[in-house]
Amino acid sequence: MASGITLEKIQKRYGALPVIHGVDLKIEPGEFTVFVGPSGCGKSTLLRMIAGLEEISGGELRIDGERVNETAPSKRGIAMVFQSYALYPHMSVYKNLSFGLETAGMKKPEVDARVKKAADILQIGPLLQRKPKALSGGQRQRVAIGRAIVREPRIFLFDEPLSNLDAELRVQMRVELSKLHQQLGSTMIYVTHDQVEAMTMADKIVVLRDGRIMQAGRPLDLYNDPANQFVAGFIGSPKMNFLSAKLDETDASHRTIEIAGQRIELQKPLAAREGEPLTFGLRPEHIQPQDNALSLGSASVQLVEHLGGSTVVYASTQDGQPATVLLEGQRPIRIGETIPLSFHPSKSHVFGQDGRRVC
Amino acid sequence: MTDATHALLAPPKVQRSAFKSILLHAVLILCSFGMLYPILWMISGSFRPQEELFGTSSLIPSALDLGGYVRGWSGLQVTFGRFFWNSLVISVLATIGNVVGCSLAAFAFSRLRFAGRNFWFALMLGTLMLPYHVVLIPQYILFLHLGWVNTPLPLIVPKYLATDAFFIFLMVQFFRGIPKELDEAAVMDGCSPFRIYWKIMLPLSLPVLATAAIFSFIWTWDDFFGPLIYLSDINTYTVQLGLRSFVDSTGSSDWTALFAMSNLSLIPVFLFFLFFQRLLIEGIATTGMKR
Repeated sequence: MASGITLEKIQKRYGALPVIHGVDLKIEPGEFTVFVGPSGCGKSTLLRMIAGLEEISGGELRIDGERVNETAPSKRGIAMVFQSYALYPHMSVYKNLSFGLETAGMKKPEVDARVKKAADILQIGPLLQRKPKALSGGQRQRVAIGRAIVREPRIFLFDEPLSNLDAELRVQMRVELSKLHQQLGSTMIYVTHDQVEAMTMADKIVVLRDGRIMQAGRPLDLYNDPANQFVAGFIGSPKMNFLSAKLDETDASHRTIEIAGQRIELQKPLAAREGEPLTFGLRPEHIQPQDNALSLGSASVQLVEHLGGSTVVYASTQDGQPATVLLEGQRPIRIGETIPLSFHPSKSHVFGQDGRRVC
Repeated sequence: MTDATHALLAPPKVQRSAFKSILLHAVLILCSFGMLYPILWMISGSFRPQEELFGTSSLIPSALDLGGYVRGWSGLQVTFGRFFWNSLVISVLATIGNVVGCSLAAFAFSRLRFAGRNFWFALMLGTLMLPYHVVLIPQYILFLHLGWVNTPLPLIVPKYLATDAFFIFLMVQFFRGIPKELDEAAVMDGCSPFRIYWKIMLPLSLPVLATAAIFSFIWTWDDFFGPLIYLSDINTYTVQLGLRSFVDSTGSSDWTALFAMSNLSLIPVFLFFLFFQRLLIEGIATTGMKR
């Protein structure tokens, strides 16, 4: 059975130092939620507070509507997969899986059945008698997930579980975790600093920065409509281009801005003061080396990365601002070449001085 | 193959290092012999006739005389077996006490949060600097009032109260090296602090527990001063007090008996070390972790 989680004004302080500043969040039953953000943003702390491994300094945490701030971790119906796996090195895989159930006083036949079931789901049956030191990284990862599954929790918590796997295994485990979510239908919260993991796995992404939620929503909503410059820069790869811009003082309708020496008329008016420094955001994949849409002028190519399926061009605009362009397919662009840059106005974002989105 | 080819195949550098190695081994063997000589002399002395004991520095006895062992074993009011038993009981119980008591205290200092933890830890470390002789008299008075003098209790009971700061410190350092995620995983599995200590920390700490056990046993077995203060009835004597009985400052001393029993007294320590030393090298706490 999946459970919903509600965070109301959740705070965390270490002494006088606040690290989580009144977070409000609602996670629906069965939802795969990803906490994402740079190092030190508080995503792991928030996860550990939900797990019960960190005390909650203020606010209320509810699981299925019931306050659990003071409930012991093992009584919250939660299982957690740690970044370091945290398998008990002196116990066999079987024992690692069964330890929690035995601690809870479960009868041996039921323990046995649950361990076998989890082993089947994760295909670790042949490994049950091995010690963790005799397992590869991927196998240890499966055992760590298995330890969570056997408890049949209402909520799964994952703390950067794939961060130390190699790239190939990481992609494979990502797919398997998504399948596992579909199979079990449980509520899952997953912490990562990798926005690709967040985009590919999440039903809901929560972007955190300095202990505050910057934006929470569906992956494509965050990609298409970032609430602020931080989210716009964090979601998407390569990163969104940010170009200095200013509101054209002669334009009474507040639609025309000046970027890289070009005057560009936007589709909607800007919610900005005249003269306020603005940042114009444009994703690399939304820039074209053509002249047929709104133009950013010409740019000189500094570096080209030929990835086979796509080409990444690092260029410099007329006023020296860096711009990254992601082009599909293989393009015969060379370093030193000058290319025109253009974009479609519906794909652009404008941010105010404080980072909020103004258009 | 000609000599010249041999010279080419075995460069002078290799020959030099072989010579160096032989020299090094010779020096080391000589030093080892120098260090072992007293114990070899004691073993040899235990098989000599009493009269030739101090007359020669040779390690080979002129005749094999087992009289020392016979006199040593049963020459006193009670047999030496009694002393061995007393020593064994005290050493084993004290070792168990030290390992259990110190590991519990170390677990608390390294893993539990409680008021004034750092202060108490510093205070505990401070006791390392207290010489035994400073606390001897207050301790004696305490045990006298408890009625424990002339019983082995003063030598055993305090060990269960984690009084050995050195072992606590040693274990705290070891426990701190065990990843905290294991505790947290155990907490998620529903373990109480004691179950974490029992099921996770202790099995992962075998090397440090073995170290504490070995030293506890050897130090307690070899202790002369403690038993001398608290044990006055010959029936409660330990091996070390028994050995002292062979040396008489006023009359004649039975040296061969003393050597014979000294040899026997080394055997339990040797066996204990042999059994536990393999634990020292077993098990690395972090093999279940990613890093």
